[in-house]
Amino acid sequence: MGAVRPNEESFAVNATAGNLEALEASLLAEIAAASDEAAIEAVRVSALGKKGSVSEMLKTLGAMSAEERQVKGPAINGLKNRVTEALTQRKAELKDVAIAARLAAEKVDVTLPVRQSPAERGRIHPISQVIDEIAAIFGDLGFSIAEGPDIETDHYNFTALNFPEGHPAREMHDTFFFQPDEKGERKLLRTHTSPVQIRTMERQKPPIRIVIPGKTYRQDSDATHSPMFHQVEGLVIDKTANIANMKWVLEEFCKAFFEVPSVKMRFRPSFFPFTEPSLEVDIQCDRSRPGEVRFGEGSDWMEILGCGMVHPNVLRYGGLDPDEYQGFAWGMGIDRIAMLKYGMPDLRAFFDADVRWLTHYGFRPLDLPTLFGGLST
Amino acid sequence: MKFTLSWLKDHLETDASLAEIVERLTAIGLEVEHVDDKAGLKPFVIAKVLTAVQHQDADRLRVLTVDTGNGKPPVQVVCGAPNARAGMIGAFAAPGTYIPGIDVTLSVGKIRGVESHGMMCSERELELSDEHSGIIDLPEDAPVGTSFAAYAHLDDPVIEINLTPNRPDAASVYGIARDLAASGLGRLKTAPVEAIPGKGATPVKVTIEAPELCPGFALRLVRGVKNGPSPKWLQQRLIAIGLRPISALVDITNYVTFDRGRPLHVFDAKKVAGNLVVRRAKDGEKVRALDGREYTLTPEMCVIADDNGVESIAGIMGGEHSGCDENTTDVLIESALWDPITTARTGRALGIITDARYRFERGVDPEFMVPGVELATRLVLDFCGGTPSEIEAAGYAGHKPMVVSFPLSEVKRLTGIEVPKEEVLDILTRLGFEPQGSGEVVKVTVPSWRPDIDGKADLVEEVMRIHGVDNILAQPLTSHDAVNGKILTTLQVRTRAAKRALAVRGMMEAVTWSFIPAKHAELFGGGQTALKLANPIAADMSDMRPSLLPGLIAAAQRNADRGIGDVALFEVSGTYEGDAPEQQRRVAAGVRRGTAKLEGSGRSWAGNAGPVGVFDAKADAIAALEACGAPVDRLQIEPGGPAWYHPGRSGTIKLGPKTVLGTFGEFHPKTLDGLDASGPICGFEVFVDAVPEPKAKPTRTKPKLELSPFQAVKRDFAFVVDRTVEAGTLVRAALAADKKLVTGVSVFDVFEGASLGEAKKSIAIEVSIQPVEKTLTDEDFEALAKRIVENVNKQTGGVLRA
Repeated sequence: MGAVRPNEESFAVNATAGNLEALEASLLAEIAAASDEAAIEAVRVSALGKKGSVSEMLKTLGAMSAEERQVKGPAINGLKNRVTEALTQRKAELKDVAIAARLAAEKVDVTLPVRQSPAERGRIHPISQVIDEIAAIFGDLGFSIAEGPDIETDHYNFTALNFPEGHPAREMHDTFFFQPDEKGERKLLRTHTSPVQIRTMERQKPPIRIVIPGKTYRQDSDATHSPMFHQVEGLVIDKTANIANMKWVLEEFCKAFFEVPSVKMRFRPSFFPFTEPSLEVDIQCDRSRPGEVRFGEGSDWMEILGCGMVHPNVLRYGGLDPDEYQGFAWGMGIDRIAMLKYGMPDLRAFFDADVRWLTHYGFRPLDLPTLFGGLST
Repeated sequence: MKFTLSWLKDHLETDASLAEIVERLTAIGLEVEHVDDKAGLKPFVIAKVLTAVQHQDADRLRVLTVDTGNGKPPVQVVCGAPNARAGMIGAFAAPGTYIPGIDVTLSVGKIRGVESHGMMCSERELELSDEHSGIIDLPEDAPVGTSFAAYAHLDDPVIEINLTPNRPDAASVYGIARDLAASGLGRLKTAPVEAIPGKGATPVKVTIEAPELCPGFALRLVRGVKNGPSPKWLQQRLIAIGLRPISALVDITNYVTFDRGRPLHVFDAKKVAGNLVVRRAKDGEKVRALDGREYTLTPEMCVIADDNGVESIAGIMGGEHSGCDENTTDVLIESALWDPITTARTGRALGIITDARYRFERGVDPEFMVPGVELATRLVLDFCGGTPSEIEAAGYAGHKPMVVSFPLSEVKRLTGIEVPKEEVLDILTRLGFEPQGSGEVVKVTVPSWRPDIDGKADLVEEVMRIHGVDNILAQPLTSHDAVNGKILTTLQVRTRAAKRALAVRGMMEAVTWSFIPAKHAELFGGGQTALKLANPIAADMSDMRPSLLPGLIAAAQRNADRGIGDVALFEVSGTYEGDAPEQQRRVAAGVRRGTAKLEGSGRSWAGNAGPVGVFDAKADAIAALEACGAPVDRLQIEPGGPAWYHPGRSGTIKLGPKTVLGTFGEFHPKTLDGLDASGPICGFEVFVDAVPEPKAKPTRTKPKLELSPFQAVKRDFAFVVDRTVEAGTLVRAALAADKKLVTGVSVFDVFEGASLGEAKKSIAIEVSIQPVEKTLTDEDFEALAKRIVENVNKQTGGVLRA
């Protein structure tokens, strides 16, 4: 700010001490009385504007003697500072009041509900979730995921898997057939995921480590059987893979899948046309609590999968020499292990798309099964 | 396969407990499915009713005094059974006993003021039968004070094993005993079957006209038999395993079937006319079988016939005409070999399940054909008397045993454990195999009762199951460089991504049937013959689905019918264009019904959700494609879709002129009618497998980000165009006006009105402009705006709205 020049013309104000006091008192009163920003501005102009009362006082300083100025100067400037400060303070007060009033007016009822996020509303079907869990576990063990067609030939579904023509094991499969074609060949709906074993062997030389999830079909329907269901199959072929390795893989899987630190498994000799030796596997569990199964504890056994060393004939059908290559395979029901792990009572509900069931048993879209984050949360 | 413990001990000398036997059976592959040891019947004792007087306050009750034996004083029992009477002998339960049939543990109680210290039981109360008209009434000589279960032969536990189809040898009690003995749980009693000399030749001759179906046939006549009931012990065993005793001759055949796995048939010789011939059935030939039903046969089936016609369906069931009954005096015992496949097919075609078929279709021991006749003869002579003829045997050329060359190293190779050579040979020998040779490779002769063994892997299984699977300890699978490729294929990654992307949009994943009603398939372009099931499980599950939409629309409707009309469902799965592998497509599809919008459904204080429509489906389709890695900025949207959509509210998503990536829209009213569904409903299908494979990238480094230092600006334009002009064309024209400066175009308003002129509409767009080299001057903007207006005009005929 530049020096204030004396204004000879308007030298009408007499800056006596009494005047100053009266002016200050009146101005401060006006400031205090100002109820909005416009009123404050009016006071400011009347005091500090070009022709304002305080400004006029200041102008008288120029005409004073040095001695007088020495006395009056600080008094007038003091007045000016105090008025300015009062103005600033009142202005801030008024602003706070205005904001408070606006905020009060803007108040809403925050208990009003908001819409749920779509990501919380959507659901992943338990079958997809369990397939992702399986992929996470076996991916970590060095397996890749293979798939194959639902509509198969007799060759891939039976013959190449060492089901002899007319063998009772073939009949036990309750196969869905299509109408025969001109050549009399009839396609079928695969009764297991095992045809993919052959398709993979035809395409890829060992070492093979694959897991095959997919839809399978059998002409059977009740509370525990559905004409369409899901299986997951595993296949390991190299030059050394044996039953001891198979036990390890399956134990690792069961621990990881059921999310328990250890689990007892019972391997029983059994029969499947496509494996030799063949085994069925029971898993230790506790079923003493109604509607709940706990794994890794208890004294019950529950059958969960079949497995064995790939039958030499199956290796031959896949184009491999059974004296050079060997391996093991296993298969289990995805729906079944999903039901066991998550406690769904009825298989038929899997395919009904009842949104109440999906909401309850389904998984949130961002619940991605990972080994580092836990398969399920 | 069922048997009792005492029956097993006929063949197995063992001290093992029931529990040990059961555990071992499962461990060696004969999985025990059920054990019925009737342990609950142990507390019931035989007791005698001394007095029976009418209860003073109840017409239907009597007060009994009962002698429970062993010198104990008689007890007072209140009893409601109408047959209770003084002097009768029955089964008594003392207080504290659990009564299985009524699920009650008895206590001393007062019945209508009279104390009752126990209960006389009915068969139903003991879960022996449904009989409940009175209490058990035992013969006068039943020993009072002893175990009722022991007296009634109910103390013999029944074991049921779940037999795998490869083990016909274990479809016999003897075979099971052999396996247990081999596993070290006792000693097999191997007394050979006694040969019984016959008097004179069998007068009935056998001709085998179909040797391919019958590799052997043995027959013997026993004259002068008396066919009464079989002995009690035999009846008890048959009852225990669920068979009904009929007569001694019939019971003998059933007994030998289970005891030795050797099915037999008995003909009443007097009803057989002439000689027997084994032949194929004539087409349409009929026979009434022992089950009383008439069966119509075909030449694929094998029969035993005489001058009267068919007397037996070979290996499955005998004929009623020549069956044995209480008047039979001369019996022909048949023991034959039947082709397993023919037996299985015949049984399946006729729908007959018998214990004989079960064994023949799995393969019986050919070497036991003649011993089977001898064993049956012994029993017939013992139970019914009579004089046997010599055995007439036809067709059987003897068994040529399978010999397997067995490198002993196979055990370690396949199982991972070392089993000492001596143990391997010992296990095989105990199972009836005959190993020969002393080197590392032995020749193993397979016993005649093991048709399932045809290679060295089978022998490894034998060694493994007897040595004990539990002895194989888990060994880690070592990592293998050669298999550590991609875990998921591109298609699998995309399938997974599409599912998550659609679920994030508030949709729920459904898994619907792969087979749908023919009518639904036809509505969606399917229904071809190659995709029709010959044997659907239900008439409305007959055709492989050409599209996921009919299943999803039906599912949405089911939810609506349950009162939940606002549903959003999706599925990512297979559809079928034909029966070849490459004709199975991978499709992501979804439907929204009612007001199931992305942001939510139904009414809300903040704004109600409107009915779903074509644009909801379009947004879902594009989101799914984006998740699948499709180049979303290069997609073309063509109006209209397949016939099942609303023609004016559907679209087709393409990439280039040929590749169709998806369709979306609202549905044709006729489609919804055909599916018995109602709207509002919209849906989409995206062909996951049609999205081009991503280009292989040499690096994962992202392209460098260029950020302009100049401020971005937005300018609005409104164009008047013909009503038929597509907004997409206009947007593309604006974008193309300056590919460098124009970074985005959005449509913020579309309207039609009389002020615009006939058949005109207005489309308002906001153009995002990003200067890259310098701040644009007013002149620059003018020039750019001019280019935009000109290009839009050129492409659409649109003019800037005044």
